[in-house]
Amino acid sequence: MEHTATAALEHGHKPDATVKEIWKVTGILTVLTIIELVLGYWMYASKEMGDTSKHFIKGAIIILMMAKAFYIVGYFMHLKHELRNLIMTIVVPLILFVWFIIAFLYEGNSYHNLKNEYNGYYKERNEQKMEKKEEPKEEHKEQKKMD
Amino acid sequence: MTTTTATTPAKYWNGGKSPFNVEYGKLMMWYFLMSDAFTFGAFLISYGTTRFATTGWPNANEVFSSYPFKPEGSSPAPLIFVSIMTFILIISSVTMVLAVHAGHNMDKKGVVKYLILTILGGLAFLGCQAWEWTHLFHEGAWWGRNPFPNADGTISTTNFTNFFFTITGFHGFHVFSGVVINVVMLLMALFNKFEQRGHYLMIEKAGLYWHFVDLVWVFVFTCFYLI
Repeated sequence: MEHTATAALEHGHKPDATVKEIWKVTGILTVLTIIELVLGYWMYASKEMGDTSKHFIKGAIIILMMAKAFYIVGYFMHLKHELRNLIMTIVVPLILFVWFIIAFLYEGNSYHNLKNEYNGYYKERNEQKMEKKEEPKEEHKEQKKMD
Repeated sequence: MTTTTATTPAKYWNGGKSPFNVEYGKLMMWYFLMSDAFTFGAFLISYGTTRFATTGWPNANEVFSSYPFKPEGSSPAPLIFVSIMTFILIISSVTMVLAVHAGHNMDKKGVVKYLILTILGGLAFLGCQAWEWTHLFHEGAWWGRNPFPNADGTISTTNFTNFFFTITGFHGFHVFSGVVINVVMLLMALFNKFEQRGHYLMIEKAGLYWHFVDLVWVFVFTCFYLI
């Protein structure tokens, strides 16, 4: 068995422990997903839920999402067992996302407020109701064909 | 970066040793995945920005509320089909780790078995996505066409369908290329390529890519179906 130094270093623990860890992480991912789905269904099913509690649940779902990402990257992609140097070159650039998300969502929200304040047409259009599954265009076409 | 150098043993930077202690290909795969993460991040953040800039938005639970062979006229079933897709991808990720693990033990049989299971999982996911796209297309949704009203019944924009098809399509394309890479790995394993090399490290790189595809789905699933 000609293992490289990499493989030897990564697997300091016994092989059985690795398989055990894989199944443990599988269990954690499954449970987190089920909790996410239950929260999502709860938001859908309860009609009287206020906006504040909806935002709260959405925040909880995002936290669960980050936890799932941590387990996939850390254990399945094995990053947690790599050298700290490598972990830092991967994780530090990703911190840019913090700025990226805050800046752009702030910008989107600001654009929304400006449109609602200064664009009367936009505001009016947003109050028009839409008929569900309207297909007048296709009927028109068919009528023309028949003519 | 003083903290990094302070906590790592100084010997890694003294020369004669790789400071990251991984092979070149694996390091480059990590850097590629990082750039890919920024691509997906840009897509998802532009989706979020547009959603923040728009007054109303369709309710995902009303749009994605069907599954294959659903009885006609039965009540809408949100989240069911997409949770099946999510679990398919998680399980295929698990079989991929097991394939990598078998590779570490030079266990050709295990590698072949788990790679086949991973490929089947990937194909199942692609099949689910193909069904969902076809279903939505028949409902009248496509790029530039949005038949779904906002949650409050007002007229919605085509941004909803544009972002959905672009981002799930981009992810589906990643799944497809992941399946192709895994098929290549399977053939290489079957033809004893890795036995000749003396190691199965190539499986690890394919595995990193496959887990990344699963990781992206975690984000896409949350952003489009749950919140």
